[in-house]
Amino acid sequence: MMQDLKYVGKPVRRIDELEKITGAATYVDDFDFGPNLLHAQIVESPHAHALIKSIDTSKAEQVPGVVKIVTGRDFPYHFGLYMQDRYIFAQDRVRFVGEQVAAVIARDLKTAKKAAALVKVDYETLPAIFDPVEALKDETPRVHEDLGNYSHVPWFFPQAGTNVAHLRKVRKGDVDRGFAEADLVFEDTYRVPRYAHCCIEVHAATGLYDHAGRLTVWSASQSPHTQRHIFAEVLVPLGLKHQNVRVITPYIGGGFGGKAGVTMEILAAALPLKVKGHPVKIHWTRAQEFYNTYQRLGLVATLKMGAKKDGTITAFDYDIYWDAGAYVEYGANVVNASGLSATGPYRIPNVNIDAYCMYTNLPPGGPYRGFGYSELLFGIESHTTCMAQQLGLDPVEFKRRNAIKEGDMLAYGVPMGPNGLEECIDKVAEAIEWGQKEKPNDPNKAIGKGFSVFWKAPAMPPNASSSAFLKFNEDASLNILVSAMEIGQGFMTAMAQIAAEILTVPPEKIRVETPDTERNTYEWQTVASHITWSCGNAVKSAAIDAREQIINAVCEACFLEYDSVYLEDEQVKCRTNPDFTVPLKDIVINGIMVEDGTSRGGPIIGRGMYMPRFTSAMGDPETAQGGHPNVHYTVGAGAVMLEVDKQTGRMKVLKAVEAVDAGKAINPKTVEGQATGGLLQGLATVLYEDMRFDDHGKLLNPNFTDYKIPTSMDIPDEVVPIIVEVPQPDGPFGARGMSEHTMIPAAPIIANAVEDAVGIRIKSMPITAERVGLALGAGTTEVE
Amino acid sequence: MKKTITFTLNSDMRILDVESSETLLDVLRNKLGVKSPKCGCDRGDCGTCTVLLNSESVRSCLIFAIEVDGQEIITLEGLTKDGITPLQQAFLDHSSFQCGFCAPGMILTATELLNNHPHPTKDEAKEAIAGNLCRCTGYEPILNAILDVSQQQKEG
Repeated sequence: MMQDLKYVGKPVRRIDELEKITGAATYVDDFDFGPNLLHAQIVESPHAHALIKSIDTSKAEQVPGVVKIVTGRDFPYHFGLYMQDRYIFAQDRVRFVGEQVAAVIARDLKTAKKAAALVKVDYETLPAIFDPVEALKDETPRVHEDLGNYSHVPWFFPQAGTNVAHLRKVRKGDVDRGFAEADLVFEDTYRVPRYAHCCIEVHAATGLYDHAGRLTVWSASQSPHTQRHIFAEVLVPLGLKHQNVRVITPYIGGGFGGKAGVTMEILAAALPLKVKGHPVKIHWTRAQEFYNTYQRLGLVATLKMGAKKDGTITAFDYDIYWDAGAYVEYGANVVNASGLSATGPYRIPNVNIDAYCMYTNLPPGGPYRGFGYSELLFGIESHTTCMAQQLGLDPVEFKRRNAIKEGDMLAYGVPMGPNGLEECIDKVAEAIEWGQKEKPNDPNKAIGKGFSVFWKAPAMPPNASSSAFLKFNEDASLNILVSAMEIGQGFMTAMAQIAAEILTVPPEKIRVETPDTERNTYEWQTVASHITWSCGNAVKSAAIDAREQIINAVCEACFLEYDSVYLEDEQVKCRTNPDFTVPLKDIVINGIMVEDGTSRGGPIIGRGMYMPRFTSAMGDPETAQGGHPNVHYTVGAGAVMLEVDKQTGRMKVLKAVEAVDAGKAINPKTVEGQATGGLLQGLATVLYEDMRFDDHGKLLNPNFTDYKIPTSMDIPDEVVPIIVEVPQPDGPFGARGMSEHTMIPAAPIIANAVEDAVGIRIKSMPITAERVGLALGAGTTEVE
Repeated sequence: MKKTITFTLNSDMRILDVESSETLLDVLRNKLGVKSPKCGCDRGDCGTCTVLLNSESVRSCLIFAIEVDGQEIITLEGLTKDGITPLQQAFLDHSSFQCGFCAPGMILTATELLNNHPHPTKDEAKEAIAGNLCRCTGYEPILNAILDVSQQQKEG
């Protein structure tokens, strides 16, 4: 069935690349709105936790050019993706430094800024919490006193009267028995700080509420339909309905989860309602991008693992305390989804997982490439390496022995699907020459190797769906209308390849349009690395629908048997009559003419939809047993060869290898591109990136001078991406997603390589040269 | 304070009034409709607003528009005026960019590199583009395109 693929599986050139290398690609800030455009400046909280006593806007209102000033009083509503705990503007209290308290809308930005500085807010400061373990204590202040009243999805379990926004419990087997059976039981604690996505394009959005009552929002978003839904839902009291809300999303300059859901875009939906007829633009500064969108959640986690002498894991207990920030409407699902899979890709008979989603007075935590798995795997993959060493086993052999196989029972009681984990392990071990000690040329340097397995499932509601229209043009070129977002991952090209394969039209004749919720079909969101699989299924089904229309029209007009007609090289052909060919371009718009001069067929419009029919989030709250929360897992392995300067701690990645099981790489070139890019993004989180807050919860490094992201000087000497293909049975041509995954193994492979090189086990991130150098100087072998 | 400036933008002479506090980036984007230079940080860190000023790459967010009076500015639009350059073709063939937001600045910086130094080593290429941040690609496909086109021109 899969033989002779012409376009799928080929390194087809990206169909969006020409626009991008000519500057023709349009991003949201590139739209012009004319002289009627207004600009908004946000008045922000200087406190991490405080009551708002009063807001005085009188002076600001007098600044010429100010059109309107709005505060929480104008919008007493809350919203959120999975739990409605977030506010358009702070109401009676602020919960993190930088939270929006008011907005000044003015004719130009300069005026808006000047007036915003004149808005006087009187606060009564409250004690704030920044540590997730502290947040659990009885005596700590409560971040959300209304927690018990927030509506949320049925798979969240908030504990009213506490700071526990959600507790994900997973129970399998009997951990006490498992630990009793073990020859080695070992416990340790790992810490991961917060991180920022750092898309080069900041968040920006413009909204227009026109005089006919229609709201249009142009945004840089991974989630146009979800945004429309949330806007319509939250603004219902102001008379909006889905019918009157439109979201338009052009190309976006990077997403990585940071532009999923709704963050600052809510302002571009709400503010225009107060200045009807005027577009209102909000363009985040780089600093706001750091502290008022989403940040990756931090965590403190204690894991305890039991294993037999031969390396078989018998039990696993993982207590995870997530610093989820002031609002967790999205972040709580990071906790939930990663908690369900917190065993890592291992076969473990006895499991006990408690993943706490803790409110703190830091900025809202939310989705970031890897969706919690990077953070959990740092501990797990450091720990399994330590376990192996203590048992006198090779770490790769230990990981391989316990690697999950198809049919093994997952922690929540669903069998694991087909996967190429062992193949990934073997190929990475071979490529990094595992077991071979490297000798540095310089006696002041040491070289170590680190290894990690990884996995991740798409985190999504059980009924998250994709849909597609596909329409032909006169020359048999075609347009695919979907609402997935091209966030750089190459989805447009993948969709074009899928349609090309079915319709025999080359990908360069296919355009995939950026979304406009009024015209493009429904897509839940471009997140979770589920688009190739889900939207790909929808596009494939739309292409098949179009092909059937073409074949049926030809059969009807030419009196051919359905089974004898097929498409090849943009033509309709017939198996029983080799001389019969009709070019697609002759019929896909005007149909096919029959003897009497009338026509059959007509404009071809394919329709496709995909929604998983087997998923359910309705597991038991106490054990997570009984549901089917995940659609599938993508697995892989990574390794690194790291050079460490024994005097300074300075590190250099000599070689990085990563294998990922893509099921079927629709485009091997873009798959390799994801591995190269994602791995560097991950390496940066472990080697130098780090959000620093002061004692009052203020972010100290909201810029690229102080929060270093990798430059071209920081790349590994060599990156080896390896594609493994164990087909996903329900994926288009066997494909499953792999983009987020490429970042996940980065932290443990560095931690393990540092330990291999210089014998220092570092159990918190980032593992900077400074920390390695200090440990070397002090002669310590463990760093908390 | 307003001032009238005259400068060459992508081979065309432009005359316009600007405030002394306006950056070149703002003027290009908002007054002249030239959208390829992007705003990524507004403080010279990210390089996505890079343009060529008298053939040298500069951060247009760090330059006041009044400073370019009498000078020549080239943006990606100007580079592409008569079709794409061999360097752009190499970026196209390598599918070098992902989200594409850094592409305009990156391409101008790489153009400057190859103009001054047609056959750079990989380390030289890395150093040349180190001021242009890209969060997607891991830089490898960008460097490969630069080195490839340099190699082709050596052979050609």
